[in-house]
Amino acid sequence: MDYVNSERTGQATLPTAIKILIAGGFGVGKTTLVGSVSETKPLRTEEVLSEQGVGVDDISGVEAKSTTTVAMDFGRITISEELVLYLFGTPGQDRFWFVWDELTIGALGAVVLADTRRLADCFPSVDYFERAKLPFIVAVNCFENARQYSLDEVRLALDLDPDVPVMLCDARQRQSSKEVLVALIEHVKRQGMTRRPEPVGH
Amino acid sequence: MTMPDEEPVWLDDAAGPVVRPYAVTGGRAKPANSFNVVAIVLSTRSAPPSEVGIAPEQAKIIHLCQRPLALAEVAAHLSLPLGTIRVLLDGLIAQGFVQVNEPRQAATLPDDSVFEALINGLRQL
Repeated sequence: MDYVNSERTGQATLPTAIKILIAGGFGVGKTTLVGSVSETKPLRTEEVLSEQGVGVDDISGVEAKSTTTVAMDFGRITISEELVLYLFGTPGQDRFWFVWDELTIGALGAVVLADTRRLADCFPSVDYFERAKLPFIVAVNCFENARQYSLDEVRLALDLDPDVPVMLCDARQRQSSKEVLVALIEHVKRQGMTRRPEPVGH
Repeated sequence: MTMPDEEPVWLDDAAGPVVRPYAVTGGRAKPANSFNVVAIVLSTRSAPPSEVGIAPEQAKIIHLCQRPLALAEVAAHLSLPLGTIRVLLDGLIAQGFVQVNEPRQAATLPDDSVFEALINGLRQL
């Protein structure tokens, strides 16, 4: 059984994958945003958790563990041959923090989508990213029959740090979704200059 | 904490269906790796092999990853859970059929050129 690198095709340089999370409450437009800006319609993948992974009481001794499936929608934007951007919608239910932890590893940053009619729905996302120290911005998805609030009102209601950008968007519009992603990347870049002044030198 | 002992917590319908994802992994339930959802998978051999010990799903991965794909894309295309793909990759890596590259960790930010490429690339979409 020796397949030792017999056909390894040179050292092909693999693309760098950049991951951005799209979070927010149920029905706020996460998958819509992923779909409006991705090169294909959103793909769906699943993570299967044992009960231990979802915070259920210890049932040690019980051999037949049941499993829970958590679905995640994601999209891809090919920037170049060397650079691919992946957008992951985070699963909404609070009991799936385990999956959030996994998604956050290696993520560049996050967009928290907010609906001013149900602003409280994005509290858990804001709280999570603050604790995880993952840079994020808040994008208020403008639903047609929603009362317009000023961005300052939203900032106040969410008790955001002053340096967290808040912006309006229309998740259905490709151009608007692009602007959200650009705003996040610029925010991460600024954060990197102020908070992480000593990047690895090589 | 407030839940009395006799009241176990059951997961509801919203938790999704109960599945048996390990039927295709030869009974192996736990991957040896914890590859990121955006870890890039690339086949290192061109033709799908017919060797003994390669499951049909593994042959599909080799075929699919002739061009680099993220782990999540492989899972989505094969309609299998991420954990199942990780188990299948263990075998493929051990036999030298694929290489997997993990993304950079959050602690090491991309350099400015990556930020610029991302921003310019998005604007040009």
